[in-house]
Order: sequence, then structure tokens, then C-alpha cells
Amino acid sequence: MTMEAASTQRTHQSLWDVARPGRSGIRLPESDVPAQAMPEASLLRDELRLPEVSELDVVRHFTRLSQMNFAVDTNFYPLGSCTMKYNPKINDVVASQAGFSGIHPLQPEETVQGALELMHRLQEDLQAVTGMPASSLAPLAGAHGELAGVLMIKAYHDARGESDRKVMLIPDSAHGTNPASAAMGGFEVVSVPSDEMGRVDLAAVEAACDDRLAGLMITIPNTLGLFNPYIARVCELVHGAGGLVYGDGANMNALLGRARPYDLGFDVVHLNLHKTMSTPHGGGGPGAGPVCVGERLEPYLPSPVVERVDADGGARYRFATPTQSIGAMSAGHGNFGVLVRAYTYLRALGADGLRQASGDAVLNANYLRRKLEHVYRVAVDRTCMHEVVFSCRPQRDKGVKALDISKRMIDYGVHPPTMYFPLIVDEALMVEPTETESKETLDAFIAVMEAIAREVEESPDVLLEAPHFTPVGRLDEARAARQPDLRWQAP
Amino acid sequence: MTDPFPHSYLPHTEAERQEMLAVIGVGSVDELFADIPDAFRNPALSLPPALTELELFREIGGLAKRNAVPGDYPCFVGGGVYRHFIPSVVGAMISRGEFLTSYTPYQPEVSQGTLQATYEYQSMISEITGMEAANAGMYDGASSLAEAALMACRVTGRHSVIVHDTVNPRYRAVVDTYLLPQGVEIATCAPGSEAFSDATACVLAQYPDYYGVVRDLTPLADRAHEAGALLAVSADPVALGMFRAPGDMGADIVTGETQPIGVNMSFGGPYVGYFACKMAYIRQMPGRIAGRTVDHEGRIGYALTLQTREQHIRRERATSNICTSEALIATGTAVALAALGPGGLRQMAELSYQKAHYAASEIGALDGYEVIDNGAWFNEFVVRCPLMGSQMNASLWRRGIIGGIDVGEAVENGLLLSVTEMNTREEIDALVGALREIAEGGAR
Amino acid sequence: MTEHPRELRYTIEHEWVRVEDDGTATIGVTFFAQDQLGDVVYVVLPAVGSTVQKDSKMGEIESVKSVSDLFVPVSGEVIETNQDVIDHPERVNEDPHGAGWMVRVRMSDPSEVDGLLTNEQYDSAIAT
Repeated sequence: MTMEAASTQRTHQSLWDVARPGRSGIRLPESDVPAQAMPEASLLRDELRLPEVSELDVVRHFTRLSQMNFAVDTNFYPLGSCTMKYNPKINDVVASQAGFSGIHPLQPEETVQGALELMHRLQEDLQAVTGMPASSLAPLAGAHGELAGVLMIKAYHDARGESDRKVMLIPDSAHGTNPASAAMGGFEVVSVPSDEMGRVDLAAVEAACDDRLAGLMITIPNTLGLFNPYIARVCELVHGAGGLVYGDGANMNALLGRARPYDLGFDVVHLNLHKTMSTPHGGGGPGAGPVCVGERLEPYLPSPVVERVDADGGARYRFATPTQSIGAMSAGHGNFGVLVRAYTYLRALGADGLRQASGDAVLNANYLRRKLEHVYRVAVDRTCMHEVVFSCRPQRDKGVKALDISKRMIDYGVHPPTMYFPLIVDEALMVEPTETESKETLDAFIAVMEAIAREVEESPDVLLEAPHFTPVGRLDEARAARQPDLRWQAP
Repeated sequence: MTDPFPHSYLPHTEAERQEMLAVIGVGSVDELFADIPDAFRNPALSLPPALTELELFREIGGLAKRNAVPGDYPCFVGGGVYRHFIPSVVGAMISRGEFLTSYTPYQPEVSQGTLQATYEYQSMISEITGMEAANAGMYDGASSLAEAALMACRVTGRHSVIVHDTVNPRYRAVVDTYLLPQGVEIATCAPGSEAFSDATACVLAQYPDYYGVVRDLTPLADRAHEAGALLAVSADPVALGMFRAPGDMGADIVTGETQPIGVNMSFGGPYVGYFACKMAYIRQMPGRIAGRTVDHEGRIGYALTLQTREQHIRRERATSNICTSEALIATGTAVALAALGPGGLRQMAELSYQKAHYAASEIGALDGYEVIDNGAWFNEFVVRCPLMGSQMNASLWRRGIIGGIDVGEAVENGLLLSVTEMNTREEIDALVGALREIAEGGAR
Repeated sequence: MTEHPRELRYTIEHEWVRVEDDGTATIGVTFFAQDQLGDVVYVVLPAVGSTVQKDSKMGEIESVKSVSDLFVPVSGEVIETNQDVIDHPERVNEDPHGAGWMVRVRMSDPSEVDGLLTNEQYDSAIAT
């Protein structure tokens, strides 16, 4: 008998493998009211094929699944543009209090004044960080904030009788959500080239500056991890042509207390609270994507916003809809549980702490850049912000791709960086260490990357077959796409 | 430059910072920001002072205590968000750091936990809705319904949708936000009076509807299909524990909010919008999808699949701009559904049904109140009250009861009340007593 | 040494055309294209009976992580599409110039073929 066969918990077991008819993982009380007539049978369902498992089955199954994940709590996770910093545990504890987690979104406002005050305070703090005069916490994620932003830009032009402004400029180095969001706002996407430093081409922007220009969507710092010193000039150009500037705040972790988008000329910026304000990423959500805006867009903010009303009995808080709002982004008021965590984080750091956080984030990225530049090609050889992009083109010429290097990192217990992004860098690896990682962790990572670089020279096969120690190896993704198996089916 | 701020989240000692700066070849951290023009660099941030962990509990915990929590007070508010029992295993599982602090499973070899949980979530959502496939999750039920309408436009090549006036008005608002800027026409009508045309991409229906009513959707599905349109339904997943699945009645897309199954109400979010459809339309589906496949040794494994639909590949031609899948919340729903099983989900639905019908019969017997009868219903109902709904709520709150939702726009003096298995008979009887008192004594 | 047969004509967008004995044109994507794409997982082709204009988009070809437009090299009417390729997109990788063909067109202007690249011209185009 092999060890695998003898194991009581098989690696690839599904919930249905452990299910047995008749088991249950919960017991609810009997009804305490007189029996009521049931609806007619034709409205009722007869079959519900959910797995039947005991409570311990549930715990063992999902605990085992969790153990197959890399996470910030378990591994260094330098996933570029995702800001995988430590998520303080107090944030979850605070958000789990019944006074936050247990309240209904449609309770009378007088019964939820504490929640409303928290939202109002967070609005003010995010406005302070971005320099913007107004904000809405309504968007539920970064891309949702982008959608809110482009809809506000559309509403602004429509209100001025300039509905012909249909062109949204987006650099070729942008995240895919930018063009997708612009398209959902009804805009035509025009891609603008970047120079070798990932900076948007000024001449190309200038050439597009006509009366069809709606705006520009641009990431700060840019997706090469660099701050464009001419960004204020870019904003002026767009404004001069009657357009507005959207700031993708995915990389705001570099700028906390260092620069404010409002000062640079941005009209709207979204913040990814799950990145910059350290709320847990949850395997791909939930996040939150509040939008902060300048004067031009304030009337168009998505609803709701929280207002403070000072009356004789003290301050009261209430939801309000801006005068020319683009409308609601969700049925609720925003991802409140995420907002509580973000507010707790902001209060834990304060202005000095945020500034130190961005400083250490940038320090760490530059430390990795200098320590690794002799083994991996740095995409742009200059001081970076919070992340550094390497190109594995030299390794590719030896038959090893960025993908193979990434998979080998897994064997050393490191979550791979973002691969093949930005698209303008060949064989890109985008490394974002974040400020919460210690020098020992960074030094260990440097040693891993040096070891892998040696393996590229000496034993490339070990990379091509990596990872070696995970529950599964490289998966047949072509099969997954050709014959989609998207749900369990009874055999 | 202020002194470095020692903090438990920031591990570097000042000596280490200096050592690292020397490696980089600069004299200070501030020099690393030299690309930011002086005029913009180092703005003063007007933020309140930092607090220690102990102080944070006091300060922010104080805000939590200023909210009235359903359960501490009888609560009959629903309207798409419901207080159902959440098995203890849900919190225990989704607070595990490996689920909580991982991200999108771009590297499947080290994300099998999230990916398999997603696949199992998709499987169970497909089953309860009666559909062939489901995605990994959308932001919430409202945006999920809006995306269903956009998907129907892509599938049919048409640009007009019909929305029932019995769809949750907060969902309808989001449908407007998403569809109108893209030039999609929206017509509103009562169920049964749809004016289909050859421009109709779909009809959006809610099940049970906003006022609690459960209708057989089969005739609607048939009429939509005859017109070449799709039927997209927003359904309460707990109701599907006892009522027929929309897929079983001909729906093409089924969406909704999984909040009632294993998700805290949390003042409106985070939740997850579920999204299920027929396999024929899978390539027009928005959002992330996990699929089962094998590795090079033939071992079963899971990976994100059909990614060419998504924004990171198709950019402005993607099926949606969505990037997240609210994975943690979806995992919570999967854990809750596993714990509940078919018996638990059915029991949860039936207890809600029984208690709600008990409450309705008691309230209907009161002088001054009328329960609106529109046929079969689940756990929510409209009462015509002696006063406006908002006044009723204010009077109820003075008696320590969190009332319902003012639906005066649909029924004069209408109050929408919701009852679940969490409401005890004592709470229901207290509500009935308070309503009697209000009718007898006016708006005090 | 080329992977691209002499008897086919090519476009810079990586389609190939073969003029059949009956004068119809068979169209597919080149060996080079499928090699660059990697595993082809999905193909969208035009409807049989539709009229297509030279250089217009006629469909899409997807790998696991990319999507590319297919352009029609010659004008005419689509008279057949390859169902085998729709059901088994891996045919494009296995036999791009044979079993992996995609559509057959009745040409409205057969002289358009003369303007397409020879295999030598195509090879030098992709070499740069």
C-alpha cells in the first residue's frame, strides 16, 4: 500500500467525495409558530442535490483546501501592482463586532449613527490623502471605481452639452480594467504609446487634444513603477483641450504622504482600499474602490455620500445623493466591512505612519533593484517607486521564460511576482515587496533569485519542470478551456 | 523630515534603513522620491493622530456600540438583505489566513484552495438555481442583474430590455447606472404585461419579487423565447431551498445575492452577486470562472479558465470590466451551503415561510391593517398601515422594534415586512402588539 | 527550410489561402501563427452564406491567454466552415495547413490572390 492510498485525507477529494446521504452539518430549531398552509405543490421544487456532510467534514475539507494556498500570512507574496502587505488582525476583529457586522443596510438612519460617522470620517481621511475635496465610498472594487469615474466624466461632458467628447486616451501600459471600464462608459478607447520609461508620450497626448477628447486614464506611479515628473504637464494638456484626467490609484501605496493626486491636476482618483489601506485580499475580493474627486466632478459622485449635519443636539449623519449623481453602483452603500478595516488601518498609522509606510515600500523596492540588477535585467535602470520591473529576456535567450522562473520561486516558498505585465516589457516580472517585509525576508528573497539565476545557467530543466513540491504541477489549461468543466456533476 | 515612526506594521530599524540606503547609494529615503517635483512633494496630511491597538478598540469600538443591532432588537427589515442563521463553521473557515490573505489565483499550483472552493461554490450555485454553469462571483446582486442585462444584449445583438416593476428598486437603480450610458433602452412594466419586440434583448424579473410574491416563471420564459429574447431572473437563494429553481422554469440567466446564505449583513456589504447561465452563453458571461482540469501527471487540479472573455486579455472588448470575484465571501457561502446541505437549506426556507405567514395572519387580523394579497409568497409581505411607512417605522423604533421598509410608492401607507427563522414567536408577537398599539393610539 | 508550403499564398496577418481546383479558396492560419499562439482553444468563424470583404474581420482565434482577430484574405461568399476545427480547435496546432483549415470562400474577384504573399515573401516578413 502506498502512502497516498493509505492517507485518510486524499489530496484531490471534493466535497461530494466525502458526502453521504443523510448527513447534515447543521441543525435548526423546530418552528415555534402554529403550522401555516404550504403553497401549492406546483410552485415547489422536489430535487436539491447539495452534498450532505457532517460539521467535521466541512471543517476538515475547507481547512485542507486552505492549506493548499500561499498567502501573506504564510509566504512572501511580492505580487506587483497588488500591494500584498500585512493585513493587521485588529482590522478584522473590529469589523466583526456585532455593531458593524450585524447591522442591516436599510435600518432607520437614527439606529446606525455610529456606522454613518465612521463612513464620514473615512471620506474625510481619504480626501486628505488624495487632496481631493469630495469623495464617495460607493464603488465596491477598483474596477468599479473606474466605472464610476468614467461615468462621472461622461455626465460632466453631457451636462455641458459636449456629448461628442467620446475619446478616452489610455496608455498602452495600462491595466486591462482601464480600457474595459472606458468601454462600459460608452467611450472610444484610443491607446497612447509610452516611452522606454513607461511615461505617456506627450506628443501623442497633444495630438489627441481636440474637441472629441473626453479624458485620459492614467496610473500613478505608472505600471513600470516610475513616477512621471511631467505628469502635471500631461494633466494641463488634457485640461487645455477640455478633457478630464482619471487617476488609477492602484499604485497609491508609493505616494502616501509624498504627493496628492489633486495637486498634480487629477480630477478623479480611485483608491484600492484592499491594496493601499491593507484590507485582506480574500483570494480575489472583497475590496473597495472609493472615488475621490475635484470640484468639477463633485456634483456627479455616485450615491450615496455621507453628510454631517450639525444641529443643536450635536452632529448627525445621513446619506445623501449628489445633485447630478451618476446613480447607484450597488444595492448597498459600499463594502462597509472593508471600509471599517481601512478606517482602522488609517487610524493606526496616522499621517506620519502612512508617510513612513510609503517610504519603506519604496526603500524595499529599490533595495531589491540594486541587489538583483546584476542577475536580472531591470526594465528601466533608475530609481523606482514601490515596485520594480525586471525583464527576463536574457534568461529567455537561454530557453527559460519568466513563467519558468516564477514557477521555480514556488519551490523556494515565494509567491511569484506579477508576470508578463506591463505588456510593454518583454518577459516581465513585476516585484512589489511592500513596506511590511523585513530586511531578512528581502535578503532571503535575493538569495532565492540568485540561486534561480544560477540554475538557469547550470540546470535549466529544474526550472522547466517546476514547481516540484505542490499538490499539483502545471495544469493543462488548454484542456480546461477546450472542454470546460465548470461544476461538479453526478457520475 | 520627521523622525521615522516606529510601528508594529513596519519592521525596519533605523540602522537597517541606513544600511539599505547605502546599498542603493542615496543618503535618505526622501531622495528616492526626487522624481516628484518639489512643488508637489511632501504635502502635509491633515489626519487625526495615530492610535495604538488598545486605543483603536476604544475609539472604533465606541462607534460600533452606537448602532442598534438586529437581534438585540426585533427586526423585520428585508428588501434583499436578510438576517438568516450563519453556521459557526463559516467564520472559522474564512478567517483562516490562507483564504483571507491570498489573492486572485493567478498561480494555480499555490492557489488550489481558493480555486477548488470556487469550483465547489460554482457547482452549488448551479444546482440551486437549476442552471448549467455559474461564475466565481460578481460584486453584489444588483450589479449581477445589470451585467445579466448587458450579457443578454451581447447574446441577442439587441439593445432594449424590459424590467418588471416588481424588481427591487435599489437593483433597478443599478441597472439604470450600468445600461443607460451604453445606450440600452429600458422599459418598465408589471409582470404579465411585457411588450416584447424584435429589439428586446431580455426581460428582468425577480423571484420572489420585491414584495415577496412567488410566480411560476414558465409562461414568461416561453413568451420571451418566442420573441427571441432571454429571461434573466434575480432570485433569493434561500427561497430556492423550497421553491422551484428558475432554471427549471426556463430562465436563461439567474443572478442574485448570496448574502442570505452565510454572509453577515454588514450594513450592505461585502456580499457576492451570484451569476449562473446556460452553457450555450458561457462565452458571453462576465467575471472569473474556475474550471477543473488535470496536471501533467494526470492529477485533478483547478485553474481559472475561459479567461479570454476578461479585461486583462480582451481589454476594451471584454465582457465586463470586472476583475474581482468577491472570492472570500463566495467561499463563505460555499461553506454555509455545505454545512446546510439540502435539508438545512430547505428547513431554513420553510421556517422563514412559516413564521412570515404566521406574522401576516396575526397582523391581517388587526384593525387598521391589511395584508396585500397577490397570491403565493415566501417570507416578505406588504401591509397597508394606518400611517405612512416611515411614520410606522419611527413609532416602532420608539417601542424598540426595527420595523420594515416604507413602500409607499407602490402601496399607500405600505410597509414591507420580512420574517426569517431568526425571528422568534415572541418577537413577532411583540411586533403585532406594537402595531395594535400604534393603530389605537396614533403616531406616538 | 520553411514550414510554409510553396503552393499556398499568405497574408501579413498570418492567414493562408489555397485555390482549389474548382476555383474556391480555402483559408486557414499559418504554422508560424499557431506556433506563436500556443494551444488554440477556441475558434469563431463566419456564418456559411455570409459575404465577406477582403481584409475585413471574419472571426477570432483564442489561445489560453490571448485572442486574435481573423481577417479574410479574399472577398466572396463563405460556402463552408470547418466544423471539425470548431469542435477540436487543437487541429489548428496539429495540422495548420491541412485538417486545421477554417473556411472556404467562393471568390468574387479571383485576381485578389495574385496580390497575396508567396511563401518566400511571408517567411522574410516574419523573420524581421
